[in-house]
Amino acid sequence: MTIGLPHYLTVAAILFTLGIFGIFLNRKNVIIILMSIELILLAVNINLVAFSVFRGNLIGQAFAMFVLTVAAAEAAIGLAILVVYFRNRGTIGVEDVNMMKG
Amino acid sequence: MIVQTILFYIFAIAVVGSGATVVVARNPVHSVLFLILAFFNTAALFVLIGAEFLAMILVIVYVGAVAVLFLFVVMMLNIDFDELRSGFVRYLPVGVLVGMLLLAELVLISVSWAVTPVRTMVETAMPAGAAAISNTRALGDILYTRYLFAFQVAGLILLVAMIGAIVLTLRRRPDVRRQSIAAQLARTRAQSVEVVKVPVGERVS
Repeated sequence: MTIGLPHYLTVAAILFTLGIFGIFLNRKNVIIILMSIELILLAVNINLVAFSVFRGNLIGQAFAMFVLTVAAAEAAIGLAILVVYFRNRGTIGVEDVNMMKG
Repeated sequence: MIVQTILFYIFAIAVVGSGATVVVARNPVHSVLFLILAFFNTAALFVLIGAEFLAMILVIVYVGAVAVLFLFVVMMLNIDFDELRSGFVRYLPVGVLVGMLLLAELVLISVSWAVTPVRTMVETAMPAGAAAISNTRALGDILYTRYLFAFQVAGLILLVAMIGAIVLTLRRRPDVRRQSIAAQLARTRAQSVEVVKVPVGERVS
């Protein structure tokens, strides 16, 4: 039995679902939510690379690199915002984030 | 081929298992460590299908930068994590429901959809001989020609993210006295020395 595209897509689908599940499960912990977003982006990357390899087209790998760039930028900015928020409020609870409510 | 199949299943199970542990772990430090494990195993999966450059980038960028950033923040902030987990059981049913629905749909799509092996874009197609040109070189060939603009924009995004993170977290404390070298060097004699004629028998006011 050879490993094909459906195997990789299934792994990516499970990983994507785990990311969504993590966002639902850890509603109060922003750090775990950010990690879940990283899992989702990783699943997207697996999809892009799998399609790229099994369809013989390199564009998918180029775009996986761009996704990686955006994921790194997002993690840096998200964690910076988290640090500033913790400095101001002393907690990182998501449900307390209503300072900008009008 | 059989070795490749066995390796795929080992790495795939490790990815899924560590991903699940990231989500349900009690301690966020364990979550970060299992996130690193998931990244490593994904890199191994990429190597298995011949995307070596992306696998190495994954290890360098994710494990070397992002995961360490997460670890740093988790350890720097002094947070009571048990209090943050209070809604865990309450959100479990809806999370499982939505997750199972999504997973069923995605897996059904991925296993039932037949992919026709067409080669639409000849220029970016992978070379037939695997040893003819390496994955890194092939990627660079299209990245620095056709996607040059996107590549530059990616660099710009990283620059903006870096400056943004610095601006957000930089804190100026008004109560801390710092050495100002420019002010010290700009001092003149007239500003700092004063000659006082002291009368005999009096005191200096």
